[in-house]
Amino acid sequence: MSVTTVERAASVEPPARSQPSYLTSGNTIASWLLTRDHKRIALLFLASITFYFFIGGIAATLMRLNLATPQGLLQPAVYNRMFTMHGIIMVWFFLIPSIPTTFGNFFVPLMIGARDLAFPRVNLASWYVFNLSGLVVLYALIMGGADTGWTFYTPLSTVYANGYVFAAAMAVFINGFSSIMTSLNFIVTIHRMRAPGMTWMRLPLFVWAIYAVSIVMLTATPVLAMDTFLLAVERFIGVGLFDPNHGGDPLLWQHMFWFYSHPAVYIMILPAMGVVSELIPCFARRPIFGYSGMTIALMSLAILSFFVWAHHMFVAGISIYAGIVFSLMTFFVAVPSAIKVFNWTVSLHKGSIVFDAPMLYALGFVLLFTVGGVTGLMLATLAVDVDLHGTYFVIAHFHYIMVGATVSAFFGALHYWWPKITGRLYPEMWARFAAILTYVGFNLTFFPQFILGYLGMARRSYTYPAVWQSWNLLSSAGASILAVAYVLPLLYLGWSLFRGLKATANPWGATGLEWTISSPPPKHNFERTPVVVTEPYCYDPERHTFVTQEGVLHDE
Amino acid sequence: MDHWIPFWPDTAAVNAVVVNNLYIAELGLAGVIMATVIGMMLTFCIRYWRGSPASRANRVQKTWHFEIAWTVATLAAFLVLFVWGAQVYVWLFEPPPADEEDYVVAKQWMWKIEHPGGQREIDALHVPVDKTIKLVMASEDVIHSFFVPAFRIKHDVVPGTLEVIWFKADKTGVFRLECTQYCGLQHATMTGQVDVLTGADYARWLTDQGVHNSLVQQGEAVFRAHGCSGCHDQNSTVHAPSLVGLYGTLVHLQDGSVQLADEAYIRDCILNPRSFTVAGYPPIMPDFSGQISEGDVFELIAYIKSLKGAQEPDK
Repeated sequence: MSVTTVERAASVEPPARSQPSYLTSGNTIASWLLTRDHKRIALLFLASITFYFFIGGIAATLMRLNLATPQGLLQPAVYNRMFTMHGIIMVWFFLIPSIPTTFGNFFVPLMIGARDLAFPRVNLASWYVFNLSGLVVLYALIMGGADTGWTFYTPLSTVYANGYVFAAAMAVFINGFSSIMTSLNFIVTIHRMRAPGMTWMRLPLFVWAIYAVSIVMLTATPVLAMDTFLLAVERFIGVGLFDPNHGGDPLLWQHMFWFYSHPAVYIMILPAMGVVSELIPCFARRPIFGYSGMTIALMSLAILSFFVWAHHMFVAGISIYAGIVFSLMTFFVAVPSAIKVFNWTVSLHKGSIVFDAPMLYALGFVLLFTVGGVTGLMLATLAVDVDLHGTYFVIAHFHYIMVGATVSAFFGALHYWWPKITGRLYPEMWARFAAILTYVGFNLTFFPQFILGYLGMARRSYTYPAVWQSWNLLSSAGASILAVAYVLPLLYLGWSLFRGLKATANPWGATGLEWTISSPPPKHNFERTPVVVTEPYCYDPERHTFVTQEGVLHDE
Repeated sequence: MDHWIPFWPDTAAVNAVVVNNLYIAELGLAGVIMATVIGMMLTFCIRYWRGSPASRANRVQKTWHFEIAWTVATLAAFLVLFVWGAQVYVWLFEPPPADEEDYVVAKQWMWKIEHPGGQREIDALHVPVDKTIKLVMASEDVIHSFFVPAFRIKHDVVPGTLEVIWFKADKTGVFRLECTQYCGLQHATMTGQVDVLTGADYARWLTDQGVHNSLVQQGEAVFRAHGCSGCHDQNSTVHAPSLVGLYGTLVHLQDGSVQLADEAYIRDCILNPRSFTVAGYPPIMPDFSGQISEGDVFELIAYIKSLKGAQEPDK
């Protein structure tokens, strides 16, 4: 590894912090609600999305409870509202903001050596807009919910559905502005505020991932705003946009919706890839395999994600030649994903691997993402998609990516950065247990759904033939394990806030700039602007040393 | 009802066999990829865990050799799957000459089916085994999707147009028919059954329905009742395109485009004539949208398709 200036670190910890941490500098409610500190805003977002995660989770629990038996438990109308609200809340109020607004907000400035994001007020406004949209979606939910599915397919959503479709669509509309503000902030920050020496090819891969996802968010989200606006226009004024009885085209909605919502899948997975690219080198104690390949793969995923949308429409009546083109593009997008999976796996080769909870989550991520990836190939294959489209196979596939992979990475990030965020260590054995439980519960929940899908069970059905009950029961049983695995961290992490051991500045022995400052970080991050002299991930498994990006050599 | 845990759906049509083969090949590839990743991960995790004494010297420095290797390998495998899948897709979605054409109307929340002999059924479709069946499908309200898992065929039924699929069942029996596009409250119960009968049983079933008028005859009645015959009859003096032999020909439109006169085209011409004015004719045909049900449109289409003969170049 090419380290230009290597100096031995002092064997003692940094001296007692000279200024209060971001947590203790100001204790009034106003100091939180009006804060412009990216770290506090990250925690505000963390609180909001955790709330919505559990709301969406309650809807999912009711669905699995209903599907445990063919005759079900809920009224059809209730079940239909549950899966719709589950989809809307989980996609726009948890998955899309999840990693960027929390860990991205907190750590992008720290990792590039900046004192804040470029536009702190825009960052705070983003949180308020997010919560405004959250109130609208809660209003829709409490008043009775919408029952169109999260995809709002026309003309069902514009002409036939009762429910609070307008409120739900407006929540999505408003939510988009939060995405746009946050992503704009990241792009400007990463371009303009990197510390001296932090060149593009020295950026940690998490920052690259946030950069890639911000570009996708900034360019795709306005299309979603147009979609939902047009939806409202047709629903209220009856202008024939999507309704064929008034000269509209129902497929126009699908094209416009997926033009946003397919890139949105990458909005959910790219940050997770960034997180895992931080975790694996740190716990394998060796540099990431193929850093530049990883950056190229990230950016090609971001760009290719815009050219595959109609693979959601292979049986919707698009031209078969369009189907062929979109299938080919979908296979192309699988190539960078495959590169990333192989690079993560080979990043374990000749490492010195420690199996702490973040690493268990990261390894779980790679396996679940690979299952989601290979089943994605099957769905990309035109003839097979004709059979599998609209069945539980699709449900299983995208939950492997968006829940299995993304939520594993989210929990991995939460554990990895918990000491930095809170200044406390979490109980390691409990965390390892939760990580393994997540993996087991997840597979039990969703693997049976692949089989159900090929058997022909249609998605969004509140009932099914009795012969399929065994798989559904297994899935519901798995969901109860998964629920425990998701609630458990809330308990022991909460406990650690008060009783956890104090964390040192760099408990994992990681190389990023965020670990060179005290835990929790001081209000203005860096006392002096750091100077970066080396690439990230300079871990040496042979000598058990590592070099931070400032070029300081440490023993483990 | 058997209580075995099902792992694999029925395979009861030639379409299903072809899709099955591709599916099995992909399961195989998925297995190879998963085994590679899990195998490497397990090997490395065991060999290079923190306490292991294995040598860490001479780590791979030039990574791009490997990256190019697995890029090329995955791309090659993916392209094979793509070509295979696309070929089957074209075969699935381009109907061959059919032995029988049935008409399907989807509405919240039922499947209404009409046979050429005029037999009607709801949430059930009787077909003969080993015959190519073509389905022409329309929706009266929202988007539905016609899916028979045992045949591996599926197509959305989008309102405002007609969709066509085909299948050739090769086993007799009763198979599940379902809607896979969420279509409102009772989407989950918008199911039915496909009864595949032997040729003799099917013929008996058709006669048992006791229907007197075939679909073509019913269509002819609609043709007269709505006044279509006033202009489009061969004896008419009005300057209107002849419908004799129209089906399957290429039609030149006023706007310069050329359209294949298939079921969807005929439907569009009836419900939205101004957008489909035939070259050389005045745009005088009235708009029948809202006055005529999807079922009547099917009868008209069946009638117009029955008008065999040479298409006159111009009247």
